[in-house]
Amino acid sequence: MSSASNANFDLQQFIEQESSKSMLKFITCGSVDDGKSTLIGRLLYDSQLLYDDQLEELKRDSKGLLSDEDELDFSLLVDGLAAEREQGITIDVAYRFFSTAKRKFIVADTPGHEQYTRNMVTGASTADAAVLLIDARLGVSTQTRRHAYILSLVGIRHIVLAINKIDLKDYSESVFDAIQTEFLSFSDKLGFNSIYAIPISALKGDNITKGSERMPWYSGLAILPYLETLEPDTKDSDQFRFPVQWVNRPNLDFRGYSGTLASGEISVGDEVLVAASLKRSRIKRIVTMDGDLPSACAGDAVTLTLEDEIDISQGDILHTPGEPLERSDQFQAHLIWMHEDPMLPERSYLIRIGTQVTSVQITDLKYEINVNTAEHLPATKLELNQIAVCNFATAHAIAFDPYSENIETGSFILIDRISNNTVAAGMIDFGLWRGQNLSWQAFEINRESRAKLNGHKPAIIWFTGLSASGKSTIADIVEQKLAAQNHHTYVLDGDNFRHGLNKDLGFTDADRVENIRRVAEVARILADSGLIVMTSFISPFRHERRMAREIAGDIEFIEVFVDTPLEVCETRDPKGLYAKARRGEIPNFTGISSDYEAPERADIHLDAGHRTAEELADEVIRKLSVDR
Amino acid sequence: MLYSVGKDSSVLLHLALKAFYPSKLPFPLLHVDTTWKFKEMIEFRDATAERLGLELIVHTNPEGLKQGINPFTHGSSRYTDIMKTQALKQALDAGKYDAAIGGARRDEEKSRAKERVFSHRSKNHVWDPKNQRPELWSLYNTRINPGESMRVFPLSNWTEMDIWTYIYLEDIPIPDLYLAAERRVLERDGVLFMLDDERFPLEEGEQAEVRSIRFRTLGCYPLTAAIESTARTLAEVMLEMRSSHVSERSGRLIDSDQSASMEKKKKEGYF
Repeated sequence: MSSASNANFDLQQFIEQESSKSMLKFITCGSVDDGKSTLIGRLLYDSQLLYDDQLEELKRDSKGLLSDEDELDFSLLVDGLAAEREQGITIDVAYRFFSTAKRKFIVADTPGHEQYTRNMVTGASTADAAVLLIDARLGVSTQTRRHAYILSLVGIRHIVLAINKIDLKDYSESVFDAIQTEFLSFSDKLGFNSIYAIPISALKGDNITKGSERMPWYSGLAILPYLETLEPDTKDSDQFRFPVQWVNRPNLDFRGYSGTLASGEISVGDEVLVAASLKRSRIKRIVTMDGDLPSACAGDAVTLTLEDEIDISQGDILHTPGEPLERSDQFQAHLIWMHEDPMLPERSYLIRIGTQVTSVQITDLKYEINVNTAEHLPATKLELNQIAVCNFATAHAIAFDPYSENIETGSFILIDRISNNTVAAGMIDFGLWRGQNLSWQAFEINRESRAKLNGHKPAIIWFTGLSASGKSTIADIVEQKLAAQNHHTYVLDGDNFRHGLNKDLGFTDADRVENIRRVAEVARILADSGLIVMTSFISPFRHERRMAREIAGDIEFIEVFVDTPLEVCETRDPKGLYAKARRGEIPNFTGISSDYEAPERADIHLDAGHRTAEELADEVIRKLSVDR
Repeated sequence: MLYSVGKDSSVLLHLALKAFYPSKLPFPLLHVDTTWKFKEMIEFRDATAERLGLELIVHTNPEGLKQGINPFTHGSSRYTDIMKTQALKQALDAGKYDAAIGGARRDEEKSRAKERVFSHRSKNHVWDPKNQRPELWSLYNTRINPGESMRVFPLSNWTEMDIWTYIYLEDIPIPDLYLAAERRVLERDGVLFMLDDERFPLEEGEQAEVRSIRFRTLGCYPLTAAIESTARTLAEVMLEMRSSHVSERSGRLIDSDQSASMEKKKKEGYF
């Protein structure tokens, strides 16, 4: 054993070598049985990155899985989840780490099945390059085209075309040439900067870490040497972007803005602007625990302090003069739907872009993209794994860059408001108009003055419940009682609405969402004019009731759940609708063939099965006067 | 923040201090104490909290303690479930934490390779590996419903060597157990156990001896295998590691109970 000082000397060299290594993140993709996991297992094995205990486990697990007793099933190293081992497929992104003397690698192994397109997009979103596998026996497949298209969409610029299982085609040069030619014939439209084709056998180890003697006709590099030398084109913008993650206030004397530089660089004394307010100041200090810095660049996590006290909060983005972000409440973007529940236009989602979070609606689904052919198709909704171009409208103007210019400030995710699942990923193409040109006109006579004139505050009373549950009947009585107290009222009724404003809408889920959105907007306008507005709509979805509440803004919003059991409603059936629905004559009928999502926390919950409409209306009135 | 006193926790804590500087950490540290940790770990833990002025919460499963659950008579998997997994759930429930930050890395173990940075847990702390939220770019979805929680793994993309290199470069304090010293050990079935106290029952014919050992990973002492080594400085440890042929978690005896056992434990709420 060397002495301590010797060890320190060796270590210095070692650490210098380690810290000078560059990092390459790549993704492997291809069809189901093209051998991705085997390739990664082979890379780890051949670059001697497996530990003895991992190798022992592999030998134990490989027994009986391959025809050749002594061969190892490398895919077992990578397919970590028990379900994958049972099914023999990769269902999620697995991240693997390895390093050679020249470089460190993070590889994302992603699933091949079409139903896991979202996982591939996930893996690709952080990759510099892609290894796209093709089975030499099958050639370019539909999945190959799809994966190539998705890689180009996400902005991957470098493709390694690994033509695998070439051993099963007798290491044939003509097979390799034919596949390469076919791939290039459609990939030239996809905007890759480089495509490097390599004939390999992941199972046998040909052209993985070193050139194969079995293919003397191939003069290029093996996969690992190629990945070691690939210099990815940097797609990072050099414009300064600093999304504020946290306002750092340890005491009254210090106010700093913490975050990571998304792009560009900044020095003490530089002038900066807040994207939302265009307020200006200069960088006073760049603070870190290891002492102040004179400057910082992309990727650095720092705390900035400014010369002036200007209003900045979490979600704001700082930039430099002359290099503004786009700022708008409407934009066009490519969207990849990632959830089993379909996307419904007009439904409200949360959008997270950088450190900004706000509500967003898809105002126009312009077209879906067939990922196998890149064709544009008309669409009314998006299902899991579908890709589309859409227009979006956010509740507040947001600051962004086009994705092609800056990935950090041009990418976003959509979040479902109820389940909180990540339901989609998006890449902004461009802003549609500048939101600041469109603002609310302020009038002298406002809601407060109208309330004074009327002698009562406005409100929206939102009745929800099954068809024939008694919503309209109760609303009618409530209105009479309010009118008797000299209150100004109006009832918006489902059936009446569909005769007029909403006569263009049907009863699909998407149309129901739009129906409720319009009702909520009208209710808001009427309430703003001073009325107590009652709405009587089935409004079966929690999402839309929440949307209605949000549209109401600071107007008082009272959700009344008319909780009448389905059997009771069906017995009443004043319009014979339940009978028709039971006979299958009305599709999408709530309670029969379409879900009613009962409110979890209604403001007023009416147990309506066994009481008269008069009693129930009194209960609403009582609650109203208590609350007001 | 889950603080388990080991090298990964030390790095995590160091990064957190940097991230919030000049503010103090806005969250407490939580240590699940099984009562079978190395004595030195406990001393190191208390000294660290003291030195940095941190709020430290220590939790031990009270029922497990009452029943005297230990790794010898109850077996490693039952012991781990009661004293670690259940204890952690109790502590997280008691604090009603929205998120627990931990130092797990994707390179440690196969099922961890698929773990998200922000990993969602249901009301009962259950992880559903087949139904994880996609995680793209550097956009993390931190939203949860009442009762649910997040496990957050900022060191996901670090490797074991990254951890050691960073400890070396930043001069981060770690327990001396990571460095070789003459320690009282027992060799049983080819595995070296350090006899940290008198609770380790020797079988007939077994003899304690003194050897120069260190640890590559730290846990409960009766379940953590030592390695013979003379590497007495961090530099020597790193050079020794460079030529290692055994993975880090092989020193964790609970991982090899059964194949895929880590995924099973994690689904049930193990960190």
